[in-house]
Amino acid sequence: MMITILLFAHLQETVGKDRIELPIEQLTVMELKTALKQTYPLLELDHVMTAVNEEFARDNSKVTAGDIVAFIPPVSGG
Amino acid sequence: MSNNLFEIVEEPIEINAIIKKVERREAGAITTFIGTVREWTRGKQTIYLEYQAYIPMAVKMLAKIGEEIGEKWPDTKIGITHRIGRLDISEIAVAIAVSSPHRKAAYEANEYAIERIKQIVPIWKKEHWSDGETWIGDQLENVPYESGRPNVKDVE
Repeated sequence: MMITILLFAHLQETVGKDRIELPIEQLTVMELKTALKQTYPLLELDHVMTAVNEEFARDNSKVTAGDIVAFIPPVSGG
Repeated sequence: MSNNLFEIVEEPIEINAIIKKVERREAGAITTFIGTVREWTRGKQTIYLEYQAYIPMAVKMLAKIGEEIGEKWPDTKIGITHRIGRLDISEIAVAIAVSSPHRKAAYEANEYAIERIKQIVPIWKKEHWSDGETWIGDQLENVPYESGRPNVKDVE
């Protein structure tokens, strides 16, 4: 099972793809951000919100294999 | 467009279809808000806009705004449609219709809805200017952020 990470807006352009899959069983949002920053030029992850399974989550929220994590840069709809 | 009250669509928005969704015999007022693509922003010319959404969550958050409005203005009914993809100048990006027995609640709930959209709904706007392009990342709408330095705002 994988953790699926969705990227939008400038995050998507920075990484060059809109999703990343990681074979990890469980970790926190903060640990996930740290892991991603080691592989990708995503320093701004410290400044974006996170959603786990389509609900806003905190840095200490748990992420488990099968979950979908989305990084949500400040929004600009309307 | 479907009968769902909260939608993200790729095709042009038909405001009448959204008004129809909130029409009710008990309503004495329907307010509509239509957000359109502006050509000039502080001296910069927009050629076109591109909207991207995290669609399933965006629909959920629009529905959450509907719930909040149901608590604050109990007799209202609201429909919100936001368009994504490429939009040209003057095209409709978002349309909100609120029906209510009396006008005050319909006006207030409608304004509340657009303010909340700009806070919690995962939709992003990319400006294609006459001299470049920028993802807009400020919830107050007009301030572009340099990559790596977006503002963090609390959504709770």
